[in-house]
Amino acid sequence: MTRLVDLPTQEHMLPGNRACAGCSLGIGLRSILKALDGKAVMTVPASCLTVIGGMYPTSSVTVPWLNVAFPGCAAAAAGLAAGLRATGRDREMTVLAMAGDGGTADIGIQALSGAAERNDDFIYVCYDNEAYMNTGTQRSGLTPAGARTTTTMLGKRENPKDMCRIMEAHGIPYVASTSAVFPDDVYDKLARARTLRGLRYVHMNTPCPSGWSFEPRDSVTVGQLAVDTGLVVLFEVEGGVFRLTGRSKTLAKRGKRPPVADYLATQGRFKGMSPEAATEIQRWVDGRWAEYLRRDAAGATT
Amino acid sequence: MGTRDCQHQIAMSSPAAGEAGATGDWRTERPVLDPALCLAQKQEKEACQLCWVYCPDLCIARGVPPAVLLTYCKGCGICAEVCPTDAIAMVPERESAAAAAGGAR
Repeated sequence: MTRLVDLPTQEHMLPGNRACAGCSLGIGLRSILKALDGKAVMTVPASCLTVIGGMYPTSSVTVPWLNVAFPGCAAAAAGLAAGLRATGRDREMTVLAMAGDGGTADIGIQALSGAAERNDDFIYVCYDNEAYMNTGTQRSGLTPAGARTTTTMLGKRENPKDMCRIMEAHGIPYVASTSAVFPDDVYDKLARARTLRGLRYVHMNTPCPSGWSFEPRDSVTVGQLAVDTGLVVLFEVEGGVFRLTGRSKTLAKRGKRPPVADYLATQGRFKGMSPEAATEIQRWVDGRWAEYLRRDAAGATT
Repeated sequence: MGTRDCQHQIAMSSPAAGEAGATGDWRTERPVLDPALCLAQKQEKEACQLCWVYCPDLCIARGVPPAVLLTYCKGCGICAEVCPTDAIAMVPERESAAAAAGGAR
């Protein structure tokens, strides 16, 4: 595992972009592009990420970047991958499709599912800030239960989709879950994914100060608490073998996690939530965590 | 900022720092690093560097001690939060401007 201090010093992003202060997407994208050594071509649909991409005629990233229609992120990436293969340049650079949670789990899921079925050769990163943040915090299929958004004023009633399980069900070579505020974990997973072929899916939790209502300075601590409480789990599934990584692996060994209520209390979007609803989320998290532990133990024996 | 070049058949951007202008303007508090408390400075080598790792805006340069690039720093305060020795303090912009009295902004 790469140590934080040993992350490459070469940056592929530039300061002075349009992202909100404290946006953890910047931390995540830095690691992703470092892991790909800047040899990537990106496709990006409408999302917060286009804000970092910037407005014509300037851009805040130093890799080629294609802005595409909302549902077509994976389709455009499949086309780019085919183009690179046809011109014999597919070993030179990686195609990186990167979309938000709405662009992945709701609007973009058909193109992504099609690409997964064909096992097209690119990396798909879903950065999950748990709502349509770029348009002003509307609920998405990945918004957690209890979270208030501008379209769920009293808190969302449904649990989010499990995107990683959906992608696993397609039988693709690599599926991973990570968090933008663990740059070492993001780096390792993308570096691993880069060496594989076919569709590789990485799900990256991305704390959002403005949408989740917390102070910009707390982006990293909130994201770390999400992992500590077990709401976000760091794992990878390669060739069907499940493995917990980084902080989640440590937590599994320790066998104790802080209560989810600690995490809920850090954010304005969960304010006014009933204790019963919080208990329900705790139960949901515990159930999932037990399943992850079981799969990790099963993976260790294979 | 880049310039428009109408010879291209497609609209293509070129990379440049400060795409959104000098985003240091957004700041209400500025990070001020106390080298005496900095772990890298204490160990006299490029240790720790957590502020560099976690800065979402690439506004901290690695070093002994790390340096803050105030032109684009949006003042989010993540560096102060992740610093293990609390060597970085967030100082309200008005106070630090008075202290610097026309220093680098």
